Amino acid sequence: MSAFLLRCVLPLLLLAGCSGWQSALDPRADAAQELHGLFWLFTITCGIVWAVVMLVLAGALLRRPAAARPEEERGRAERRSGRVVGGAVAATVLVIAGLTLASFFATRGISADHPEALVVRLRGFQWWWEVTYDDPSPNWVFITANELHLPLGRPVRLELAAADVIHSFWVPNLAGKQDMIPGRDNVLAFTPTQAGTYRAQCAEFCGLQHAHMALQVVVETPEEFGRWRATQVAAAAAPESAEEVAGRAVLEGKACAACHTVRGTAAAGTLGPDLTHVGGRRNIAAGMLPTTRGAMAAWIADPQTIKPGNNMPMVPLSADELQAVSAYLVRLR
Amino acid sequence: MRHRVVADLSALPLHGSGSSSQTWWGTLAFMLIEGMGFALAIGVYLYLYSLAPHWPIGAPPPDPVPGGVIALLLLASTVPNLLVARWAKRQDLRRVRIGLVIMSVAGVLPLIVRIWEFPALNVSWDSNAYGSVVWLVLGLHTLHMLTDVMDTLVLMAVMFSRHGDNRRRYGDVEDNSLYWYFVVLTWLPIYALLYGVPRL
Amino acid sequence: MTPAERDLRDAALEATEGAGALERRLERTWRTREGFWGALSTVDHKIIGRRYIVTAFAFLALGGVLAMLMRLQLARPESRFLSADLYNQIFTIHGANMMFLFAVPVAEAMAVYLVPLLVGTRNIAFPRLGAFSYWVYLFGGIMLWVAFILQTGPDVGWFAYVPLSGPQYASGKRADVWAQMITFTEISALAVAVEIVVTVLKQRAPGMSLDRIPIVVWAMLVMAFMIILAMPAVVTGSSVLIMDRLVGTHFFNPAEGGDVLLWQHLFWFFGHPEVYIIFLPSVGMLSTMLPSFVRRPIFGYLALVMSIMAIGVLAFGLWVHHMFTTGLPRLGESFFTASSMAIAVPAGTQIFCWIATIWLGRPVFRVPFLFILAFFFTFVLGGMTGVMVASVPLDTQLHDTYFVVAHFHYVLVGGAVFPLLGAIYYWFPKITGRMMSERIGRWVVGLLFLGFNFTFFPMHILGLQGMPRRIYAYPPELGWGGMNLFVSLCSIALAAGFLLFFVDAVRSARKGPPAGDNPWDASTLEWATTSPPPPYNFARIPVVTSAAPLWDERAALPVASGLSVNRRELLITTMGTATPEVRETSPQNSIWPFWAALATSVMLVWSIFSPWALVWASIPVAITLIGWFWPRGTPEDDA
Repeated sequence: MSAFLLRCVLPLLLLAGCSGWQSALDPRADAAQELHGLFWLFTITCGIVWAVVMLVLAGALLRRPAAARPEEERGRAERRSGRVVGGAVAATVLVIAGLTLASFFATRGISADHPEALVVRLRGFQWWWEVTYDDPSPNWVFITANELHLPLGRPVRLELAAADVIHSFWVPNLAGKQDMIPGRDNVLAFTPTQAGTYRAQCAEFCGLQHAHMALQVVVETPEEFGRWRATQVAAAAAPESAEEVAGRAVLEGKACAACHTVRGTAAAGTLGPDLTHVGGRRNIAAGMLPTTRGAMAAWIADPQTIKPGNNMPMVPLSADELQAVSAYLVRLR
Repeated sequence: MRHRVVADLSALPLHGSGSSSQTWWGTLAFMLIEGMGFALAIGVYLYLYSLAPHWPIGAPPPDPVPGGVIALLLLASTVPNLLVARWAKRQDLRRVRIGLVIMSVAGVLPLIVRIWEFPALNVSWDSNAYGSVVWLVLGLHTLHMLTDVMDTLVLMAVMFSRHGDNRRRYGDVEDNSLYWYFVVLTWLPIYALLYGVPRL
Repeated sequence: MTPAERDLRDAALEATEGAGALERRLERTWRTREGFWGALSTVDHKIIGRRYIVTAFAFLALGGVLAMLMRLQLARPESRFLSADLYNQIFTIHGANMMFLFAVPVAEAMAVYLVPLLVGTRNIAFPRLGAFSYWVYLFGGIMLWVAFILQTGPDVGWFAYVPLSGPQYASGKRADVWAQMITFTEISALAVAVEIVVTVLKQRAPGMSLDRIPIVVWAMLVMAFMIILAMPAVVTGSSVLIMDRLVGTHFFNPAEGGDVLLWQHLFWFFGHPEVYIIFLPSVGMLSTMLPSFVRRPIFGYLALVMSIMAIGVLAFGLWVHHMFTTGLPRLGESFFTASSMAIAVPAGTQIFCWIATIWLGRPVFRVPFLFILAFFFTFVLGGMTGVMVASVPLDTQLHDTYFVVAHFHYVLVGGAVFPLLGAIYYWFPKITGRMMSERIGRWVVGLLFLGFNFTFFPMHILGLQGMPRRIYAYPPELGWGGMNLFVSLCSIALAAGFLLFFVDAVRSARKGPPAGDNPWDASTLEWATTSPPPPYNFARIPVVTSAAPLWDERAALPVASGLSVNRRELLITTMGTATPEVRETSPQNSIWPFWAALATSVMLVWSIFSPWALVWASIPVAITLIGWFWPRGTPEDDA
């Protein structure tokens, strides 16, 4: 019996204490909230069913039937068991039907697509995320990477696509996952209800570095979001120190520019993440490293050791060049 | 455990045909497997068709003549196929031998015509998904024709050998004839699919 | 052979040749030759079945080693014990190995060994096909593992989703190895399925009408039909994938009118029934073992058989179950939720019938029964989480996380492996003539039960905390480290349980106490013959008078005489009532299935490298097949 208690109670305690910035148990948007309710409905219902089945089984094992019983009594017991089994099957049908209905209503509660929604296009690459903010006015359209900012309380419509293989976009705190499939477009809609920073991680196996394909979602007040957007729309910050100027020259002159874009410079490659405001993002390399000058230098110096197999080659740079380009990139807030 | 003999099986026949033969059931089971394969290939065709804005993709519709000739040849072959099964049932060795020779020819002929059917599809397997799927479906059917013709040829050789005059062999001839109906029958929906759907 | 010799029957033998003459004659007719070539040529379903079982368990052990390597890697965050490349190969091969080289083959293996004995016949139908099937399976498994050792193991997941496994993103031959491994196992599975179907439909002992068939045989029959209907989908899928990779077709290329999801539809049209292909034989074995340990017939025979069939049918309606996050039309979602959950009804019906059986019976707590209890605890829990992932909206949070890893291990290990291990303890005495250790067996159950639950239960929570599947590393700041370490530590207990099981099996096969014909006092026909059974299974074909023949005919087993002793003969009966129809022969041993399997394997491995293999290598395949089927004028060929 103690094993039984352990199995039932311990997980509940663990679950109750669960929260985190990548957890389905800590909902921070309407969709996740809806699913969270559904989760507990299912868990409690299923838990009860499981416990009842185990109790009846325990009863069957522990009871001591009379050694020899008359034929007619045995027949009665058989018939009674038949009725109980029939009743249990009927109960199963009822429970299943109830849970199906609950699922149906949960889906209806989630799927509302809002006409006022903020539209963001997300594209999965091996192994990073391209984020495009759409706007009717072309001046307000911009591209960034690996970080998604959302205004609190405003419905958002994420248009999901894939550039190479299948990826899956999943921010457990905000909504259920939705696959990004080459040749098909998917949509994920929800409304964030609490400010904070949440983590998304690719949920469909997408090759060698599937484990290192994260994205940060920053839910902030509409004012903060407006300020952030204004920064992002602008071209890259101009270099100030001599080292930063040298850094920009390295970026434009070396292989970097073949893959990366820094708006306002000669770098206009489109194979890798847009770096126009990379210094303002919390992480680099799709969530692997913090955006510090040292981490930046380490990453550029040897991306294949930090994230083996990723598509960024090791570009031979002198120590000075490495220092300069790292300084410049971190400046790009 | 002690035994108590309650039945004597010695009077039973030594070989059954039709539903009392294992090979007949085995043949049915293999037809089920292969029928499923055909159904899936047709399913893939229709699935891609349902997604494509235009069908056929980047190619004129296939020329139905060679496939039509094959359909006629296959339908015509059901007559000797029926006869050879009947002769096998009667254990008429001479006629079964003649019938198998005819069936070998009747199997090889549509295979020869098929050489012209692949070009008549008007698309290569590597040009697009439409080309891939029509080659898949036609290739799958060709494979089945080929294996059954091989089977018929080997069976013919057996029937001309000293092992021919045997009830088991006659059963094999009947099962082979059953399988040929399967090859003929599967061609009809496939023909309609390959040549009809691009003209819808 | 003259008709008189051919028809020499057992009735006259004992009078002229003395006691034991029947057995001696049958032994000579049905035996497997000694030596290397004898071993390669045998078509005895018991020898092939035994090999199949041992091979499948060897692959289980290998797959378990991979699992332990993964647990070692995941025990702490950002571990560098395994590289991403190696880890991806390991989880792919772990999955592919467990599904294609262990779970399905072991179910077939048990069927190959047990079904002919359970239905009271002398050999399986088309036994040469069985030999062929085993060799193809063995060669396919060896190919996968050799490829892994040569660092060309598939690394695209056991589901090999395109485009990741397609020509553009999976260079090299890794994905091709995966696709051909599928072809190998499908060929062998389909061959066995045909054998099982024909054996069950046409070779049942006289009197074994449909309502007297042991439930495990029903389960094997449904499994065989499911294999026949489901496996062509994955064969089609993997062939088309290899065509995309090798000859430039565009089935899965959206740029040329192909579609990425087509692969998922084909794969899961097979993949979901696959789960029940694994599960049904195990619960069938459970239904047949249970009466021996509660000392009464199974409760609700008809309900159990109908449930097995219902699961077999429903399993084909829910492949979309695995594609809930691919962006289905909203309209379909409720339908898929309902159909996915509906399978809980027949599954529940089975559980209730078993509990009623225990309730009405008098339990005897031997090792197989303990495994059945472990099954209840674990499988019912897995069923509950199955209901959760069947809900489309809820699945968007659970899909592709460790919650799902936990769920399917609960249903596959709890639902299929626990009853299977119970079945090994149960039928081991029949197979080897010796008992496994009751004392060690209790330790095995305990270690496996506790080890399993403590290893896999926390994974539910990890999944809810956001841990996705198939990641070789995770950052420390997500807080998954502690629970992963706990899981890794507990997995040692699980591994120890399996190790102890293997030790017990190997030891008992050599030194276990002799079992006798019917050590469990069971009711089904396989216990009517000696342990291990002679090459001809039954000296005389049993005549079945009830669903529990050995309990209802305790004094003496009713049997039929009259089959030839000088050539391999077995009895064909009608499908419904099992009325004797024909004395049919069963093929002699032959080396040709081995050569045919070898030629087929060469063709399949070669075709990884060149499409022309299908042309050139088909010549030896054809030759070996002709050699296989060419009549030899043996007594078995007479009719």
